[in-house]
Amino acid sequence: LLLPLSETEQQRYSELFSRCCPPPEAAAGGGSSGGELFRASQLPPDTLHQITEICGAKRVGYFGPAQFYIALKLIAAAQSGFPVRIESIKNELPLPRFMALKNDGEVRYGTPAELHGAKFQVPHATLEKNSYKRTDEGDKQEPKSPPMSPICSPPASPSTYQRIPLSYGYGKARSGLEQQHGAPYEVRHSTHQQDGPSSGNYGAKPALASSTLNRSLSAEREQPESSAHYSDDPWRITEEQRDYYINQFRSLQPDLNSFISGSVAKNFFTKSKLPIPELSHIWELSDVDCDGALTLPEFCAAFHLVVARKNGYQLPETLPETLLPDYLQAASLKPIRDCMLFDSYSEPLPGGQQTRDFGRTEKVSAEEVPDNSALLQDAKKEDKQALKVSTALKTIPKEFQHLTVKTAAQESNALKARPRSRSYSSTSIEDAMKKGEEPPTPPPRPQKSHSRASSLDLNKIFQQNTQAVRSGWLPPPPPALPPRPSVAQTEQVSEVELHPQMNRPPSQAEENNSAKKEVVLAQPPSKPARRKLRTETQGLETPELSPTINVTSSSHPAVKPHLPVQKQSSKQKRAIQTAIRKNKEANAVLARLNSELQQQLKEVHKERIALETQLEQLRPVTVL
Amino acid sequence: VLVSVICSPPQNYPLYIRSVPTENELKFHYTVHTSLDVVDEKISAMGKALVDQRELYLGLLYPTEDYKVYGYVTNSKVKFVMVVDSSNTALRDNEIRSMFRKLHNSYTDIMCNPFYNPGDRIHSRAFDNTVNSMMMQVC
Repeated sequence: LLLPLSETEQQRYSELFSRCCPPPEAAAGGGSSGGELFRASQLPPDTLHQITEICGAKRVGYFGPAQFYIALKLIAAAQSGFPVRIESIKNELPLPRFMALKNDGEVRYGTPAELHGAKFQVPHATLEKNSYKRTDEGDKQEPKSPPMSPICSPPASPSTYQRIPLSYGYGKARSGLEQQHGAPYEVRHSTHQQDGPSSGNYGAKPALASSTLNRSLSAEREQPESSAHYSDDPWRITEEQRDYYINQFRSLQPDLNSFISGSVAKNFFTKSKLPIPELSHIWELSDVDCDGALTLPEFCAAFHLVVARKNGYQLPETLPETLLPDYLQAASLKPIRDCMLFDSYSEPLPGGQQTRDFGRTEKVSAEEVPDNSALLQDAKKEDKQALKVSTALKTIPKEFQHLTVKTAAQESNALKARPRSRSYSSTSIEDAMKKGEEPPTPPPRPQKSHSRASSLDLNKIFQQNTQAVRSGWLPPPPPALPPRPSVAQTEQVSEVELHPQMNRPPSQAEENNSAKKEVVLAQPPSKPARRKLRTETQGLETPELSPTINVTSSSHPAVKPHLPVQKQSSKQKRAIQTAIRKNKEANAVLARLNSELQQQLKEVHKERIALETQLEQLRPVTVL
Repeated sequence: VLVSVICSPPQNYPLYIRSVPTENELKFHYTVHTSLDVVDEKISAMGKALVDQRELYLGLLYPTEDYKVYGYVTNSKVKFVMVVDSSNTALRDNEIRSMFRKLHNSYTDIMCNPFYNPGDRIHSRAFDNTVNSMMMQVC
């Protein structure tokens, strides 16, 4: 089939071809970029199918130069309105047009960037490419070209078909899929994505294109060529994904070395709105040791499967080896470092972030690699990358409806994602925390302490008391006993003090203690039964008050003769009244205190009894 | 011919039935159902030794049919019933026991799955695989 190509055509085609298939892989036209190209031609999918068939790519299995050129010519024909036939291309045709919004509308194959930019802005029916994503990368290889796969006959064997072209725009009603997909997978896979292997892959791809992506996915995984298709493996967790999963894990279970219990995980994964049988299957796959709990690698695997499923992948029958816990653990689990990286990425979010439906047809392709390297260099790129990342991450939680993926403000997005994701699992955190705490040991009995009498140092007394209870029963009175004699002593002292103070205006309202003292001492004849306020400060219970009262009263007679009371009777009356009030208050306080203490005493007593019975039970032979 | 059934307490409705080959399945269902009575009988008779693998009935349930029904009960009164062809004399007691053990293990794994509600029918693919492989082995 001799195809006459005009000069311009030759030029263009070779340009295109070299673009689609970078030098290392001169043999076959990279299917992906070819596909991109074809898609950019804005021809309907069927036409493109036809074209691919006719050009012989199907037969040959890849887009060789000849096939590529023919295809381009056919595209031109189709665009000119000619039927897609071999005959059409015999004519003189204008150059095929590939839409590029950057240019004005001529035939464009300008710079690679243009080209790619063009492709990206093609409002593909199902694919939504975001320009920002590509603009900075020149020679990005598009992920597997959707047109390629459906065009080619169903795969002879899925064996070589590593790519999981998630969003097959053409002829596949998987729009929802594409939108969802991509983000996790287009996230930068590990670095060594080269155009070489991927384009080689692409080359092989057309031959293999499985029309039933989903079905083939399961088979694909057992590919021996896993090394070559490292980044294409949908079952391989990328760094960002891992970071995200780890963050999620943290939100459920702060200890990364521990595991998430079954119910917690169930709640968490139920939020993904996947049907229960599927979740059940995912669990079966990921809980390798079948212990009803997910360790970190198991959790990552499960999460990854959930994400995959949400993106339309069929769940595998067995756990892919890249999701095995051993594998995941071996693969660097550097949560902290990765998370830091992740943080740094998510921070610089450029504006204008649209809802990312990356519509990546494939997972990481070669372009990701240049992305990676370029990322660090170019701030803009970094932004875009971060945008990608954040979007990717947002796409993941998108599945969880309670998370609003709408990109209101880019900057807050990624940041939002994390707190958001934490918020929905807050209950599970509590559960996890609760579960984590309670089973190991029963919570220690709370020490009861009086808030009211904090100044009274009751806490100390209580601790003394409880300790005493544990060791044996020590009644509260002993601590109270010492104060009694001291009270008596202070009584004496205050007596002496009062002498010089008697003439002072009884403005002791401010000073409870001294007022009480003085008043008490001052009114021995009228109010002999005045309680000493000092007893309050010592936290004595009422029984202790009585001794002090006794002491007080006993000291009164001694005081009496010393006090020339009559002179200041009026002032004293006022003072007495204030003192009475204060005493009553103190009395009330103490009474309350007393009742509380009694209550606590009872409880502690009960505790003691319980402990004793326990002890009895434990002891096989009673030891007397 | 091999039929395996798992029945759960307390109503003993089947959680899982799988038979190879699949014709005459109804007959086997009926057989299993009737055999449950015998199982219960044995449980109550046994008392404490419930954990052990037990033979339900080594022999003919019905004189006309020629298959053997084996039973197995777990601690939680979950009954496993297996119906095998009598003509399959290659199956020995030990093999039956090991099959039950495998079934029990798979069942435990299912139980570990938080998404599985005890009492639901078992739809686990892993479990199916186990059972299938077991059955293939026998037949």
